[in-house]
Amino acid sequence: MAELSNAAKPDGKALVDIYRRMLRVERNDDAIRATLRRGRLQMPYYSARGQEVIPAAISHLLNRDDQICTIYRGIQDMVAKDMPLKPLWAEIAGRVDGTCKGKGGPMHLTYPDMGIMVTTGIVGSSMPIANGLAWAAQLDGSKKVVVAYFGDGAANIGAFHEALNMAAAWKLPVLFVCANNGFAEHTRFEDGTAVDFISKRAAGYGMPGYTVDGNDADDMYAHASAAIDRARSGEGPTLLECKTFRFLGHVLGDDDFYMDKAVKAAAMEADPLPALRARLIAEGHATEEELAALQASLEAEIAEAQEFGLNSPPPSLDELRRDVFAEEMPA
Amino acid sequence: MTEMIKMNGIQAINAAMMQAMEADPKVLVLGEDVGDREGGGVTGTMKGLSTKFGTERVKSTPISEQAIMGAAIGAAMAGYKPVAEIMMMNFTTVCMDMIVNHAAKLRFMSGGQTSVPLTIRTLTGAGWQTAGQHSDFFEGWFAHTAGIKVVAGSNPADLKGLLLSCIDDPDPCIFIEGGMTLFAPGEVAADQGPIPLGKAKVVVPGTDVTIVSWSAQVLRCQMALQGLAEAGISAELIDLRTISPWDRECVLESVAKTGRAMIVHEAVRSFGPGAEIAATINEELFGQLKKPVKRLGAPECPVPFAKVLEDAYIVQPADIVAAAVEMMG
Repeated sequence: MAELSNAAKPDGKALVDIYRRMLRVERNDDAIRATLRRGRLQMPYYSARGQEVIPAAISHLLNRDDQICTIYRGIQDMVAKDMPLKPLWAEIAGRVDGTCKGKGGPMHLTYPDMGIMVTTGIVGSSMPIANGLAWAAQLDGSKKVVVAYFGDGAANIGAFHEALNMAAAWKLPVLFVCANNGFAEHTRFEDGTAVDFISKRAAGYGMPGYTVDGNDADDMYAHASAAIDRARSGEGPTLLECKTFRFLGHVLGDDDFYMDKAVKAAAMEADPLPALRARLIAEGHATEEELAALQASLEAEIAEAQEFGLNSPPPSLDELRRDVFAEEMPA
Repeated sequence: MTEMIKMNGIQAINAAMMQAMEADPKVLVLGEDVGDREGGGVTGTMKGLSTKFGTERVKSTPISEQAIMGAAIGAAMAGYKPVAEIMMMNFTTVCMDMIVNHAAKLRFMSGGQTSVPLTIRTLTGAGWQTAGQHSDFFEGWFAHTAGIKVVAGSNPADLKGLLLSCIDDPDPCIFIEGGMTLFAPGEVAADQGPIPLGKAKVVVPGTDVTIVSWSAQVLRCQMALQGLAEAGISAELIDLRTISPWDRECVLESVAKTGRAMIVHEAVRSFGPGAEIAATINEELFGQLKKPVKRLGAPECPVPFAKVLEDAYIVQPADIVAAAVEMMG
C-alpha cells in the first residue's frame, strides 16, 4: 500500500477545530435521533455516528467555496463544513424554511452557498457529478477542489469505475473519499469485495490511493492535505479509503444483527470523539472548561435550529409546480 | 431577402453548434469521438468544433455514459451549458440514473437552488438494420420524467433552431436526432435563430384529419400526403417538434376543426406518447370527435434486423394512408 512521503501534521489549533467539527456533527446527530424518537420528525435517517473524523478533518482543510457531493449518510459532511443548522433542520422537517423548501428532505440537502452541491440517495452517484463540478473549476482556472463522499458499498458500483477513470484521464481536482465502515448496508465488506483494500484500485486508474485510519485526526489530516494540494495544483484526483466503523447500523432502527458483537463493542470502546477530546486536554491544546463551553455553545446552536425548523410552516402546495423547470408549471 | 442555404440535418446541427459556441464561451461539448481527431462525432455533426474552439471546450470522452452525463450535470450546475452526446439513444439506458434521478430532479429537490442547463444530443431510428440496441425511440420514457424537456426536429431548419433553444434553455433537454432527418436535405435561413420549445408547427393545413407526428415519422407522413390527396383526404399534418412539454393548444385547435386525429410515431405503440396525446384529445374534445383517435406505432417487439421485418416494424406511408381512409369511412 502507498505511504505518504511527506505527512503534514495538524497543530493544536487544527486539532481543536477538527474536534469542534466532530462535536458539531455528533451533537446534531444526537439531537436528530432524540427528535425522531419523540416523534417530532418523520424521515429515514442514516446516522454516521462513529465516522466523524473523516469529514471534520477534510472540512478543516477545505475553503468555503470548495464543493462537495455527498450521499444519504452525508448530513455529517455538511455539518462538518459548517452548513447553517436552521435551514438544515427546517429541511429535514419538511418545512418551507428548509434549504430546499422541504422538497428534498434529508437525502437531498443542498446548500450551494457553502459548496454543498448535491446530496444523492443513489449509491455511487456523487462521483460522476463531482467530476463535472471539478471540470468546471478546471475550465474556470479557479483552484477550487471538489470532494465526492461515498461508502465502501459504492466502490462496487459502475459509476465508481467510470468516474475515477475519467477524473484521472482529465486530471480533475477531485478527492474521492470512501468511508469504509466495513458494511455495504448489511453485507460485510469482505463478502462483497475480493480486494482487501479499495485504495489498491487507484493504481488501476492511474491515481494515488491511500488507506487511511479514518478515525485518526492526524492520519486523516495528512492524507487529506496531500490530496487537496495535489488537486489544487492541477495534478489530478486522489482516492482516500478511510477505515471507520458505523455505530448505528445502516438506517436508524436497524438492530445490527449482522454485526459481530465483540467487534462492534471494541469499535465503540475506541470511539474517536472522546479519544480526541482526551488528547486535546492531555496535550494541552484545550482545557476542560474550554471544551465544555464549546459543547454548550454547539448544543445551544442546535437547540435553536431545531426549534426554528420544527416551528417553520409546511410548504405551500404551489411548490408542486415550482422548480420542476425554471418556469413555473401551469396550475 | 434572407439568404437560404441548402443543407442536410447534419450540417444544420453543426451550424447550430458553431453559432452557439461562437456566441457563448460557456457552451461545451462532450461525448464519445466528438473531437476532430476522432472524426467529429459518429455522424460528423460535431466536425470542426474542437479545431475551432479547442479540445478543452470540445472533449472526446472515454466510453463511459454515466461519467459523461455526470460531468455534464456538474459543469451545468457550475454555470456552463454542456452539450453531451450520447451516441445512440439506446445508450441512454446506461446513464438513466444520471439523467432521471439527477439531471431532471436536482432543481426541484434543491428547491430551485441548483439547475442543470444541459442538452443531451442522441441519435436513433429504425431503417438502418441496426436491430434491437441501436434503433429505439425512447422519447416516451423521458417525457414521463418530470423535469426534462424532450425535443425532436424533422428538417434542417427546425433541427438548427430547436437545438439552439435547447442549449439556451435553463433546464435539461434531450434532443433526439432521428437518423432519417439527418440526411434529408432542406433549406435553412442563413440567420436561422432559436425556435421556441413547446411550439408545434402545422406542416400542411387540411380539413379532414389531423395527423400528429415528430422526427423521422414526419418525413414518412409527408410521403403519405400524395396518397392521401389521391384518396380525396385533406390531412392537416402537425410536426410536434417538442414532445414534452407538447403544444396542446395547436393540436386541440386542429382536431376541433377536423374532428379526426391520428398520432404517428416510431416508438412502440403500447404505452407510447401517442396514448398521452390521444387521452388528452378525448378529455378535451369528447363529443366533437367524428371517430375515435387513432395511434400508429411499432408493434410490441424489439426493433428487428431482417429488412422485411424492420420495414413491417416501422409505420410506413401506406399504413398512414390506409388508416386515414378507414377513419373517413
